[in-house]
Amino acid sequence: MADALNALTIAEARGRLRAGDVTATELTEACLSAIEDAGALNAFVHHTPEIAREQARAADARLAQGDAPDLCGIPLGIKDLFCTKGVPSQAASRILDGFRPGYEATVTRQLFEAGAVMLGKLNMDEFAMGSSNETSCYGNAVNPWRREGDATALTPGGSSGGSASAVAADLCLGATGTDTGGSIRQPAGFVGITGLKPTYGRVSRWGIIAFASSLDQAGPMGKSVRDCAILLQAMAGHDPMDSTSADLALPDFEAALSGDIRGKTIGIPKEYRMDGMPEEIETLWADGRAMLEDAGAKVVDISLPHTKYALPAYYVIAPAEASSNLARYDGVRYRHRAKLAQGDGVTEMYEKTRAEGFGPEVKRRVMIGTYVLSAGFYDAYYNRARRVRALIKRDFDVVFDQGVDAILTPATPSSAFGLGDMEDADPVAMYLNDVFTVTVNLAGLPGIAVPTGLDANGLPLALQLIGRPWEEADLLNTAFALEGAAGFVFKPTKWW
Amino acid sequence: MSIDIETARRVAKLARIRVEEADLPALAGEFNTILGFIEQLNEVDVDGVEPMTSVTPMQLKRRKDQVTAGGIAEEILKNAPDAREGFFAVPKVVE
Repeated sequence: MADALNALTIAEARGRLRAGDVTATELTEACLSAIEDAGALNAFVHHTPEIAREQARAADARLAQGDAPDLCGIPLGIKDLFCTKGVPSQAASRILDGFRPGYEATVTRQLFEAGAVMLGKLNMDEFAMGSSNETSCYGNAVNPWRREGDATALTPGGSSGGSASAVAADLCLGATGTDTGGSIRQPAGFVGITGLKPTYGRVSRWGIIAFASSLDQAGPMGKSVRDCAILLQAMAGHDPMDSTSADLALPDFEAALSGDIRGKTIGIPKEYRMDGMPEEIETLWADGRAMLEDAGAKVVDISLPHTKYALPAYYVIAPAEASSNLARYDGVRYRHRAKLAQGDGVTEMYEKTRAEGFGPEVKRRVMIGTYVLSAGFYDAYYNRARRVRALIKRDFDVVFDQGVDAILTPATPSSAFGLGDMEDADPVAMYLNDVFTVTVNLAGLPGIAVPTGLDANGLPLALQLIGRPWEEADLLNTAFALEGAAGFVFKPTKWW
Repeated sequence: MSIDIETARRVAKLARIRVEEADLPALAGEFNTILGFIEQLNEVDVDGVEPMTSVTPMQLKRRKDQVTAGGIAEEILKNAPDAREGFFAVPKVVE
């Protein structure tokens, strides 16, 4: 497995492609057959081998001419949330069954222009609402990791569960994800890969099916910090099609990876020490702190006093925005329309279509959003949540002003749990998965999950680093130092 | 704030999602769990704090008011469940 082409990192593959040691077509075929073999993971839900082979041929031609950007010939998986021209893009929802966009998302267009190869579309929670990939209309994606001596199927996390599973199982060299409350970082943590949520506005949202527009941000999921830096370079940048995308010059993210963090100040927020936090997570966090100290960083204790209110604020703001964004799925413009009875009018069409097309979690959030925005409650819920959001952001502004360069926290409150384990839990129990990640979306900051250890059952655990706005380069470098110190080299044992 | 069955019915109606009568009590229960969680926000002193409108302070860009795309009605209608003669078709709206 270690020598298989599909197991290469992007950086390794780039070197071998440029050296003429391997072709994009060979790499692509290795991934396509790994995917063929991995149906049990249910990571890829729409396969595009024809497109992949065509793009690989074109990449080989570019490589032969010496015109080879970093991603030229690199096979990737694309989350189903991205609109890919002519290819099913349905946000893992029944309501978009059969939808084929007539346009390409900015992120995928940029990736393809850089020579990347699309292997197919990846499983996810419906409309990116979930933390376990169990709300998908395609069925669960499955984590390639299992507990030692235990064949229980585990969640790869969510919402970017298919992306996480595919990268960890070496079905592709890297993948796109999106993150509204932790949907890149939590799944990355559950499968032992690296996942970066950039600063809000760094990556264009154009052509990405919207969930909560003030929180959504696309980012890379890869096998290393370096791979994430390479992917981010191609995904990011100003886009006139997204008025919230920042018109800022892009630094060279990969060039920032020196691993030298001497003199940097790392904050440890005391509010992230949760009641009942597993001992293993405590230890992981303390180990991470020691690694950064050993690397020459100054580690200080900090306070982010409004942390506790991040999840409740999120569960007002995100559903409110979702209820607006998902209003467009009305049975008129996009695919699914319910069968109507004699005499049904347009209102019945809306109601029946949405009842059939949306799954339970999506319906729940749309209705919560409708409630908090309804007359009489708008101030009490929605405006109050936006005020609390301002305070959460202010907490971060204060510590950054005090000279903190990055903040170290656990990425998830546990390792991957069993598929179906949360079936009888109330919805709030599932929401707690995002307790460490959601603050970062509310404050618009960049955050990265880096695998740094295994738990007692042999499952991956990750730490999160949070950076200053627009300083992904510096954040990636700190993550690079942490990655080097942690030396996480584990891979799941193939059972699929 | 406690959500009763009547409120749950009204919210479902506003959201244009059909919920069967038999499912309303369970839905109201879920709403109450989630809203109970959200109630924590009442502990926070938000006096004098402006509601956040944009997470990154930036001026929205302006551009010339001109047509930059269009003429693709046919392509857009391809994804409609029912389209006729260049239009989206829906059940009768006006009596």
